[in-house]
Formats: sequence, structure tokens, C-alpha cells
Amino acid sequence: MYELFKNLGGWLTSGEQWAGPDGIATRLAEHLQYSLLATLVAAAIGLPLGLLIGHTGKGAFVAINLSSFGRALPTVGLVVLVFLASGLSMWPVYVALVALAVPALVTNTYAGMTAVDPDVKDAARGQGMRGHQVLLQVELPLALPLIMTGLRLALIQVVATATIAAYVSFGGLGRYVFDGLAQRDLVQVMGGAVLVAVIAVALDVTLAALQRFLFRHRTA
Amino acid sequence: MIQFDAVHKLFPNGTTAVHDLSLALPEGGVTVLVGSSGCGKTTTLRMINRMVEPTSGTIRVGGKDVQEQDAAELRRSIGYVIQQSGLFPHRTVLDNIATVPLLLGWGRRKARARAAELLETVGLAPEAGRRYPHQLSGGQQQRVGVARALAADPPVLLMDEPFGAVDPVVRTQLQDELLRLQKELSKTIVFVTHDIDEAVRLGDRIAIFRTGGHLIQCAEPAELLARPADDFVADFLGAERGLKLLSLRTLADVPQGAVPEGGTWTLVLDEARKPLHWASKDAELPVRPLQDTDSLLSALNESVASPTGLIARVDAAGVLTGVSSRDDIHEHANRAHTEVVAA
Repeated sequence: MYELFKNLGGWLTSGEQWAGPDGIATRLAEHLQYSLLATLVAAAIGLPLGLLIGHTGKGAFVAINLSSFGRALPTVGLVVLVFLASGLSMWPVYVALVALAVPALVTNTYAGMTAVDPDVKDAARGQGMRGHQVLLQVELPLALPLIMTGLRLALIQVVATATIAAYVSFGGLGRYVFDGLAQRDLVQVMGGAVLVAVIAVALDVTLAALQRFLFRHRTA
Repeated sequence: MIQFDAVHKLFPNGTTAVHDLSLALPEGGVTVLVGSSGCGKTTTLRMINRMVEPTSGTIRVGGKDVQEQDAAELRRSIGYVIQQSGLFPHRTVLDNIATVPLLLGWGRRKARARAAELLETVGLAPEAGRRYPHQLSGGQQQRVGVARALAADPPVLLMDEPFGAVDPVVRTQLQDELLRLQKELSKTIVFVTHDIDEAVRLGDRIAIFRTGGHLIQCAEPAELLARPADDFVADFLGAERGLKLLSLRTLADVPQGAVPEGGTWTLVLDEARKPLHWASKDAELPVRPLQDTDSLLSALNESVASPTGLIARVDAAGVLTGVSSRDDIHEHANRAHTEVVAA
């Protein structure tokens, strides 16, 4: 056991392992690129959807049920499915990651919108704000803390799941996990897993700090 | 100024909120809508700025049918204050007050300057402008709510139980402030409350509603108290209807005489001739001197509490001007009542 950790430490800290086209630095950059792009696309879909449902109050059942649907969705199954349909490309990976992130975003955005005090919305309308002004000047800023929580949640799920890119022969930190399994190289497998965990936690902590800073004037 | 014509409001669940309402609210006065919950008073108020649309009938503000105006523009021209203040928690107090001016496109600098001016108008310190609503007390929040409603200087102010959620002491302060503001600004105010004492205190006219959205009586407070239209109104006005009537009259016309000499009790004055207390051979009792602006109700109260049945009258500086007896007050109260009933 001690031997394993010593080897893992060596693997993670060796300069050789970090450099080159399949070094840790490159894999890390790929991993972040997949994750951020997928989360961004998911936000572009989920955010407007959640805002629309929250503002109009129509289609609330979609927002509520989408989260359980998202949890039940088998990501690897989806990758294989899209892979069979589209052939070898990044499409299966992105489709699966976006599908994973959208429910968390819609559900949290919707939750944020419904948490806005009805008296405040009433006052906003009563002062003469039009529908879009109520949405952009009152509801959106007040829902923002929960929307950001949704974004954090989605990003972490995506970062943890982006290892599947390697499953269909692409890069990212999943490369070490899948290659290590194939080569029965436990140190490499663990190295990849530890790196994924570390960046997921680091992103979560950073975003939480940002959230605290942005909303320092809020009561709750 | 505000005219309801055969206004009816039926909610989708089948309840009638307002039943065939025709009512004219004069310009520059405070009209209080009262009644128990579910009587349609809030719905009536909210139909004025189209927060609720009537099922039938017309409502005119300043002669113009509200249904023919753009709802958002109409609302910007009417001040609106609600119970929990409804302040925007993510904006500073100053930006909250500047809401309507900004919607009207005044520009940030001008809107902020106007907001700062209003902070003072409603009795808040300039530093309060940089705070966030949750950093203020309930009473202060309500003041900000009033300032926000006044920001674009609208001729009409709608107030939906604005002081319902603050404690009684603060509520009295806010009522006094509103009366002071109204003396300066002479807005047309429509005020909803379920508190009849608040209605009597603030209203130039009081409209009483009964469940089902029926307007029962609309009259000046004195008339309402002296001549309630029916048992419902009398019940609503409460057991102390007579005393409330006294609260509307001031002491100004009650005659006063010199302090009597040689009784058991004497009124002790300081060197500036301000009353200190009542004194007998072996006791001292407090005195609460009254000015001409105090009500007959407080005069009656003081005369009952006073050991001699006399009240000490003072001028604005607190200097003794004379005394009035319980009989003087009674006689005057009687006359006031007769006047209202006979009118």
C-alpha cells in the first residue's frame, strides 16, 4: 500500500509525466476544454429554459421532473448510442455531457425563480416595470445565487464524467484511467482519478468563493 | 379624481370580490377603504393601477379610463406602497427609491439626486441611502417604500396596508409622518386597512366594505361615527364609537377659566408658569397639560384622571393659559355630536 502511494506521488510530480503531447498538462487542458464547453452549451440551453418556466409559471412539471430524468439517464449508454449514430467524433461526448448538465441547470434556475418573494415581484410590476424588466432587473438577479449553485453542480458532474471522452478514443484525464486499466497500471489509473477529483474540488471551492463574494450583501 | 362606475370583479374561482361599485374619490384627500379580510378593499385598490382588471365597469383616473392606457405607463404615474414594503433586496435604498424615475428614463444622476432628496422627505438619514433593505428596521423599510412611491411625484398614491406589519408605536409614528407629508404634498391617497382606528386617524373619508365586495357607506369619519348606515357599520366601528368621535375634535373651542383658589388640590407651576403637578397637603399627583391641538378624547381622559376634574391648558411653549372643567368638555362634546347628527 505504501509502495503504491509512493509510486503515485512520483507519477504525479515527475516533470516527464507533465510534459509532452500526452503529458498531464495537455490532458488537463483537454479535460477542462471538454468540461467548460459542455457546461457552457448546457447553460445556453438550461438557463433560458429555467428562466422562461419560472417567469411564466408554465411548464413547471418539466422543470421538476427533468432532474429525476437526468439522474436516471445512463451517460455511458448515451455515448454509445450517439457513437453508433454519428460515428467516431466528439459528438457523443458532448451530447452526453450536455444532457448530463442541463437538468441541474433548469431545475436550479427554476427553483431560484420560484424563491423570489411574490411581494417583490408584485411591487416591481406595481412600480410600472414591464414583463421583461421584472425578469431582468428583479427575478434574474434575485435567482442568481441558486442559478450559480446549479452551474457549480453541473460543472462538477461534467468534470467527473468527462473521463468518458477517452472511452471513445479521445483525450482528457480519462486517458490515464482507461489506458491504465488496459495496461494493468494501477498507478496511472489512480493518478488520473486523483487529478479529476482534485480539479472538481478546486473548481467547486473557487466557484463557491466567487459566489460568496458576489452575494455578500444578501441576507440568506 | 378617481371614479368607479358600476365596477364588478368576479374571480375565476367564482367569488365576487367587488360588487357593482360606483364611487368618486375627490382630489387631494385621503380616502380609506376598510373592511374585514375578503371584503374586496384590496381588489378595489389594485384595480386603480390595473394590477387587477375589472370584469365590467370603468375606472377613471383624472378623467381618463385606465383600461385605455398602457398598464406599465399608468403604474409609473401612480405611487404604489404595499404591506411588506416589497423593496428590491438586491438594490441599495437609494436605487430602490430611484426605480420609477429610472423607468421613466430620467438618467442615473438625476434619479439618484431625486432619491436623496426623498430620503430626507420621509425622515431618513442620508447614510441610509447606501444601505440594503435588510439592514433597515421594519419602520425604516416602510418609509423607503413611501419614498419610492413618491419618487416621480405622482398625483395619486395607492397604499395597501402599508403599516400593517410594524409594531404599534412605530405605526403611530408612520401615521403622523404620513399626515405631515400629506399636509405638504396634498396627494390623492387611497389607503387600505382593516384597522378602524387607523382609518379614523388618517381618513378624510372612509369607505366601509362588507364581505362579498359591497360598499356599505362612504362618509367623513365624524359622520360615519355619529350616523352609521346600519348595524354592520356600527359593529365594525366598535364599542368605543363615541370615544372615537371625541378623538376627531380638538380642545380649541372649549372655554377655559382661571385656576380656582383655595381647594384641597392646587396646581403647582414652575417659575416659567409651566404646570408641574397637582399638590395637596400630603400628596402630589402628576399633571399632563394639554394644548389646543389635543383631542377631546385626551381631554376627557385627563379630566377623569385629574384629582380636581380640571385639565391644565397650555400654549405651544408649555406655559399655562388656564383650566377647563369636566363639564366644559362634556358640554362641548355634546354640542359637537349634535352638530354632526343634525347635519
